[in-house]
Amino acid sequence: MSEQAVSRLEMKGISIAFPGVKALTDVNFTALTGRAHALIGANGAGKSTLMKVLAGAYGHYTGDIAIDGRDVRIRTPKDAKERGIQIVYQEVDTALIPNLTVCENIMLEKMVHDLKGKHLVNWKRLHRSAKDILQQLNVAVPTTVLVENLTLAEKQMVLIARAVSLQCRFLILDEPTAPLSHSETEALFSLVRLLKKKGVGIIFISHRLPELYEICDDITIMRDGMLVADDEIARMPQQQVVEHMLGAKLDGQFPERKPKLGEIGFEARHMRDPGKVNDVSIHIRKGEIVGLAGLVGAGKTELCRALFGASASASGEISLGGKPLRIRAPHQAVAGGLALVPEERRREGIFVEESVAFNLTAVVLSKFTRMRTWLSPAKERRASAEIIGSLGVKTPSEKALVRNLSGGNQQKIAIGKWLLADAEVYIFDEPTKGVDVGAKRDIYELVAELASRGKCILYASSEMPEMLGITDRMYVMYDGGVIKELVTAETNEEEILLYSTGGMLT
Amino acid sequence: MKAAESAQAKKQFDLFEFLYKYGTIIMILLLIAVFGAMTDNFLTQSTIIGILRQISIVTIIAIGLTVSLAVGGFDLSVGSTASVANALVISMFVWHGLSMGLSIAVSLALCLVIGLVNAFLVIKFKIQDMLMTLATMFVFQGVALTYTRGATVSQNMIMPNGDFATGVIPKVFGSLGRAPWIIIIMLVVVLIVHLFLTYTKHGRYMYMIGGNPEAAKLSGINVKKYRLAAYLISALLAGVGGIIIAARTMNAEVNAGSSYLMEAVAAAFIGYSVLGSGKPNAFGTFVGAVLIGVLTHGLIMMSVSYYAMDIVKGGVLALALAITYYRKAH
Repeated sequence: MSEQAVSRLEMKGISIAFPGVKALTDVNFTALTGRAHALIGANGAGKSTLMKVLAGAYGHYTGDIAIDGRDVRIRTPKDAKERGIQIVYQEVDTALIPNLTVCENIMLEKMVHDLKGKHLVNWKRLHRSAKDILQQLNVAVPTTVLVENLTLAEKQMVLIARAVSLQCRFLILDEPTAPLSHSETEALFSLVRLLKKKGVGIIFISHRLPELYEICDDITIMRDGMLVADDEIARMPQQQVVEHMLGAKLDGQFPERKPKLGEIGFEARHMRDPGKVNDVSIHIRKGEIVGLAGLVGAGKTELCRALFGASASASGEISLGGKPLRIRAPHQAVAGGLALVPEERRREGIFVEESVAFNLTAVVLSKFTRMRTWLSPAKERRASAEIIGSLGVKTPSEKALVRNLSGGNQQKIAIGKWLLADAEVYIFDEPTKGVDVGAKRDIYELVAELASRGKCILYASSEMPEMLGITDRMYVMYDGGVIKELVTAETNEEEILLYSTGGMLT
Repeated sequence: MKAAESAQAKKQFDLFEFLYKYGTIIMILLLIAVFGAMTDNFLTQSTIIGILRQISIVTIIAIGLTVSLAVGGFDLSVGSTASVANALVISMFVWHGLSMGLSIAVSLALCLVIGLVNAFLVIKFKIQDMLMTLATMFVFQGVALTYTRGATVSQNMIMPNGDFATGVIPKVFGSLGRAPWIIIIMLVVVLIVHLFLTYTKHGRYMYMIGGNPEAAKLSGINVKKYRLAAYLISALLAGVGGIIIAARTMNAEVNAGSSYLMEAVAAAFIGYSVLGSGKPNAFGTFVGAVLIGVLTHGLIMMSVSYYAMDIVKGGVLALALAITYYRKAH
């Protein structure tokens, strides 16, 4: 990290496909040492995939990577590290060993590789080297502390220190600021500036526009697995970045609706969940579909869980039809008439080892009992068959195990079980995630149908076209709070995205 | 080509599934046939009743354990709870001269307190069930020991002040520990818990919690309430088991219940596979206990050393676990 001669990293014609998906198509990307390069794009644009290719995490791409004009072979993480390309992933905990000290974590790779043939560890020297590295980076973390006792920001620093302890010409930071507070972000930025001065090239992935303008010199924008623009960031106004990110609009696959809005059916005031949700107040009219817009990590899922009583640390006032509702746990929310279709359906929404009927009747099992105790399989079968028919679930029978259904059909099960419950308020958290186009359309129609029956709908999604296609009104979230309320008919993708990225439109 | 391959794979899969579903029952029938052929008096009425009588205590305790497994828990303290119940019920008779109904009621009530303690620790502190109940297993074993001062409690025992204990254990109580009553009690427990887990709403909720606690919570199920109920049922049945031990031996020996733990665990895990259920279930647990009972009884009749039985039981448990986890992974 000492040479001041500028190195040039080039990725040329990179393409990569995963079963069923083409993730990157012919992407060119260039970065220079001593500069910070912003990489931005909507969710699923391919930023992280491109960087994983560069870090050697995916070996099966086509295209070339060259440093200073010479082709280099990068197919494994080891290849990348030998070329001086280091990456700090967003999930810092996966790369750290919590029950070891800061020193051991920083020197991890050295301990693994440089101790070949030796068996004794020279702790004194190890701690001295770790301390040196931290000092160079102006990071004040003692080397003897266990990593599990660090804050998230400190863990990130440790990972950066580890990257820098090795040969490091290019450092990829994958959404490093998403979980950080303002002051922690400032500390990270001064570290980035320091590294720039030391001649390291930083590639900085983020969703937050203002940050990119503060810290970066160049920018590359991606969309749908392709490069759409790259330039010096000073010559690219925010508005233009947003336009590039959005590109062409999707075709209208959304159902026609004539919303009939009733009185306010659901209201939540001052919802808080420390570190996740920051004083959010929302209301939904009967028959209204209210969107919850915002990028990944903006706090949409956390708000949905807080409203549903699924977070023990959440607080706030919730009322349904004007009557206050005490929700401390999900079973109270369900009893009160709320329904949540969670984002992580496999983990949170369905019982994969059980039958379709078992899943569909889970929420309102009492309806399918005699004397409120004894299960009635005949009733369960009838109700399940009805839901399977009305949602078009592709399953051999209601006895089939949910494990054997496709992702889209599993999602229909996760939604279908709430249809039997006949709730008043439906909260959908990314309901079309990982679902194919046909099933998406079914889900939109279902949501519209529920609204036409006078239900209150809260629809959280980071897909801008969905927000415009299905909602009547929306709240845009950024960094745990609602930053703006928009009426769908009077807004556009640019505006939503600008607020989602924390940009300011006056 | 590809179709042929997958067809072949399917066939192999079906064979494993068949053995998974019916293997335990086939095994029991095979063992009976083998032992019947090799010994003169295995297939007699008295042997069969003997086996059923022998497995009843294990089965009752294992059924309680099964309920705790159904909610994704693991109550390792069932053996100690049985020891406590055993000591309590005998001491109520011998030390306090209480009637049979009252003695049993007091013993079971205190077992419910044990269940409450387990449930509180597991639910409140979110400690892994197996670790927490490993700790309480020792605690309650110690409670039983302390309560009896490390001595066997029996009729006419010498009290610390030098007198003889005057309480009497009723003859009727002893009949609970003999056939046919001991077998009837076991069958009733199996039947009730089987109906409860399979055919009631509450049983279904417990399986939901065991299958995916997060999804169960978000489906509006009061997870804590049902986990508490499961630990109460587990402790209650362990208490019933302890009382039956007392009725069989007519005294309270030190740690009389502890030895039933491992067999109960084995029976419950063998039960996972019975009829392809894939989860803890009462009928399966009963079949598991029968398998262990037939195996040990037959081996003893073939004059295999009594001391080697733990090897056999442990081996059966290891096999049951291997099959259950192999299937989960494939």
